[in-house]
Amino acid sequence: MKTIRLWDIAYARSGDKGDASNVGIVAYDERGYAFLREVLTPERVKAHFKEICRGSVDRYELPNLKALNFILHDSLGGGGSESLKTDAQGKTHGLGLLYMKVEAPDDLPVYPRR
Amino acid sequence: MTDKREPILIANGQGFWGDSILGPVRLLREGPLHYLTMDYLAEVTMSIMQKLKSRNPKAGYATDFIKILERILPEAMEKGVKIISSAAGVNAEACLEATGEVIRQLGLSGVKVATVTGDDIYHRIDELLDAGEALKNMDTGQPLASIRDRITAANAYLGAFPIAEALDQGADIVICGRVTDPALVLGPMIHEFGWSPQDYNLLAAGTVAGHIVECGAQCTGANYTNWREIDNFALIGYPVLEVYRNGEFVVTKHEGTGGKVSVQTVASQLVYEMGDPKNYITPDTVVDFTTIQLRQEGRDRVRVSGIQGAPPTEFLKVSISYLSGYKTVGQLTIAGPDALEKAKLCADIIWKRLEYDGVTFDEDNKLVEFLGTNVCHAGIAAPPEDPAEIVLRIGVKDADREKVNRFGMEIVPLVTSGPPGVTGFAGGRPKATEIISYWPALLKKQYIEPVVQVQEF
Repeated sequence: MKTIRLWDIAYARSGDKGDASNVGIVAYDERGYAFLREVLTPERVKAHFKEICRGSVDRYELPNLKALNFILHDSLGGGGSESLKTDAQGKTHGLGLLYMKVEAPDDLPVYPRR
Repeated sequence: MTDKREPILIANGQGFWGDSILGPVRLLREGPLHYLTMDYLAEVTMSIMQKLKSRNPKAGYATDFIKILERILPEAMEKGVKIISSAAGVNAEACLEATGEVIRQLGLSGVKVATVTGDDIYHRIDELLDAGEALKNMDTGQPLASIRDRITAANAYLGAFPIAEALDQGADIVICGRVTDPALVLGPMIHEFGWSPQDYNLLAAGTVAGHIVECGAQCTGANYTNWREIDNFALIGYPVLEVYRNGEFVVTKHEGTGGKVSVQTVASQLVYEMGDPKNYITPDTVVDFTTIQLRQEGRDRVRVSGIQGAPPTEFLKVSISYLSGYKTVGQLTIAGPDALEKAKLCADIIWKRLEYDGVTFDEDNKLVEFLGTNVCHAGIAAPPEDPAEIVLRIGVKDADREKVNRFGMEIVPLVTSGPPGVTGFAGGRPKATEIISYWPALLKKQYIEPVVQVQEF
């Protein structure tokens, strides 16, 4: 096994949906997608965002895009114009997810950032 | 329909009210195009516009649109490029008048301008409630009565067919109120290819195309994780869609522009602001995003196919805005040594001085951020051990405007009555601003009749 960051195998984008943020994470290849599906349970994502997400986490699968979509409820301090937070729209949550450290099989292909 | 051309070229030059005005200017100048769209309306925008209109009957639309028309209209008319925009906001009449004025000032004539309205239900709320439409909050289930007297704007989201109708009537410019963002792009496809309201897969394809380009350069390399792959952000190409009659389309950008169109840059945007991917609901269809196929077919060319849609629901989404109190945020920069420790002390001093004066706030209505310590990724990325400087960002919200303003008076004094190294108070005292909250609801389609009017200038 080797320790990787999710940015070694995937890219991401996030935005707001009311007081929830949506975090889409997309694997560079099929093996990476299978690995993400296995590792990224809603519970694990919730624990990763423990200081940001105060609600539940929903997960949706898009195998056609090799993507998972997470909804992080109650994460934006009210959302929209109600929020006082710097990142009131969850724009940085995608990169936040990519920071996650995980143990991966040695032969899982990685795509180092340039 | 006069046009039998295929593919048609549709570009989006504005992702929101505030986007770079170079987008539309360069799209027209740097390559071929048939339609240029400009998307202006976010949820809160309608409310801001309603407020502007209440103060000035000639206001309440996206004024950037008029400034852009001044720059691009002669070239657009000469090249036969049609312009479609959600610039009307809550005042299509004034937007139409300003557009007419630009046409006259530019010395152009024979320009047909259409307005698409019927979305504004601000003055119809009581009528709809009386008719038995509850307009409950979609997220919380609360009844509208709890905010009835604080409503500042209310609009139903219209679909793409009224835009197609405006184009059928020969419009060169289509100015819309609250339409869904993808409708701006789907409208011209319906017009050109004669798609019917039952062509769900085709309507779904056009909707996905609209979703991809609705945030402008976000599908052409901007905001992409692996950002070093992206060349020439300064002159990044805004997206151009090459659309075919069978619903397939290619996402691309003009030759020689900056940025990149790859499966990765397009997939990134597909998952942006998404909920349940199998149920992307619009007034025209329900799209299944798990059917989308992406293929890199050349440099900066991604072909999109396979998209399936289902019949739409019997409802339109309604966005209602209402006033829910006041807020303000101020900031100070604290230089080292001991920057973080002193910044924490500064925050503490502010709360204690307010408390001395009998001004307190609920914990949930207070915010303290120490920018530079990983505020965005709290609990995820390790903060620096001894940051050389910190920006203290401190704010409150409350139903009482005066309390919020009282808070705003206690930030700048820290410069002369706190620890050393406090600066960066530019802007003076932060003032209370209104919090406009968002109330999503559903309304049966039968209550909304889109209105399309065409006028020649």
